[in-house]
Amino acid sequence: MSNYPSDLKYTKDHEWAKKTGSAVAVGVTWHAQDALGAVVYVELPKVGAQVKAGESFGVIESTKAVSELFAPVSGKVVKVNQDVADNPGAVNDDPYKAWLIEIEPANAADYDALLDQPTYTKLLESAT
Amino acid sequence: MARQTPLYEAHKKLGGRMVDFAGWDMPVQYAGLIPEHEAVRTAAGMFDVSHMGEIEFRGKGALEEANRLITNDLSRCADGQAVYAGLLNERGGFVDDVVAYRFNPEHIFICVNASNTQKDFDWMAANAKTVKPVNRSADYAQIAIQGPKAAGIVQRLTSTKLSDVGTYRFTQGQVANVECIISRTGYTGEDGFELYCPPKDAARLWFALLEEGKGDGCIPCGLGARDSLRTEMKFALYGNDIDDGHTPLEAGLGWIVKLDKADFIGKSALEAQRKAGVTRKLVGFELTEPGIPRAHYPILKDGQKVGEVTSGTMGPSVKKAIGIGYVPAALSAEGATFHVEIRGRPVAARVVKTPFYKKP
Repeated sequence: MSNYPSDLKYTKDHEWAKKTGSAVAVGVTWHAQDALGAVVYVELPKVGAQVKAGESFGVIESTKAVSELFAPVSGKVVKVNQDVADNPGAVNDDPYKAWLIEIEPANAADYDALLDQPTYTKLLESAT
Repeated sequence: MARQTPLYEAHKKLGGRMVDFAGWDMPVQYAGLIPEHEAVRTAAGMFDVSHMGEIEFRGKGALEEANRLITNDLSRCADGQAVYAGLLNERGGFVDDVVAYRFNPEHIFICVNASNTQKDFDWMAANAKTVKPVNRSADYAQIAIQGPKAAGIVQRLTSTKLSDVGTYRFTQGQVANVECIISRTGYTGEDGFELYCPPKDAARLWFALLEEGKGDGCIPCGLGARDSLRTEMKFALYGNDIDDGHTPLEAGLGWIVKLDKADFIGKSALEAQRKAGVTRKLVGFELTEPGIPRAHYPILKDGQKVGEVTSGTMGPSVKKAIGIGYVPAALSAEGATFHVEIRGRPVAARVVKTPFYKKP
């Protein structure tokens, strides 16, 4: 069932973000994977790529649809989760374990400005 | 405001996720596309296809009139037989693809795509010479029950002997005490039935089938699974794989065209095309590099656009990224290779034998 951990940050585009040391791990929320349905393909950037907050960094596809992935913060990609690229269904199994990339943020304040859990869940409620 | 089928409340009750499809509020999925797809391949699944249209020709000359509008030949059918056919324009392009049912020579019943119902009716009315079509779409709901367990489930709810109803045959009878046209047809590649019934009885029939099928693993399915199931069979979807600019010969549907029958609309265009040879063909292909083909992605050969993907998905049963698209005839043979442009990147593809899915 729907699940939005309180120790994560969120975007209006349904990504989650979590601090892991100096980097920020990024994935998609429970709502995103539920709306997509079975995830069958994930296209991620290469380590070293620059991403910009609010802009596309990759693509996630279900059997029926293609959706873009949007970066929560600007910075450099320092890690890519090849396990999820190889087994995209992991996103449905547990969207919070299935991180996609880690970003070294250019500006640490970007992270703090993301939505907190109550704000994100309120946004979901108002959208349905 | 999207239209609702008589099963709208049933879909809500069963947790269907509703989307707009051709102006209808339809369930795209319930439990999920993949479990629904699997249920149809291994057990049974039910689809609300009440949005589809039904157009009838009745009276003396009905068969001849309908036969002049479609590519297949109802005069070669028995009463109680149905045929898949094209409804073509003068250029040989598809106005629609349809299933025509021969009750008898004075009663022909044609099932058409939801998005085309009005267009088809107008086309038929404008071109019918003596017997005028009647749009019966509001008089029928339609439930498809498909999968290896489907016949057993329906049989337990009817006294009609279903073993007498072969593929593309139909009869009339009661299912769960609901008066139906019982048609052994479908759009999934599995055995099964399409049941046409009065809208007021649709929910009763739906829940009776669901209840009866529960022990067999029968579940309600949405348009998502319907699309992945038909794509694995390379069954054409109007608006994607076929349209008014493509002919049955280009679409690999020469078998639904009977050029040796009496005249029909589009015949001379098809004769000319057959003589000249088709320059492009609808093929099935799989990607040989990571990615998923989708409708409208360009097909490239040596960096040049030579065609377009018309349907594509990750096939849940074939477990491959599969696609359908038009390519030049020279690239249409099994084993031919080209690229599909996915977000600016060429991804290698190879023409394969279709249907993509073969029963184990």
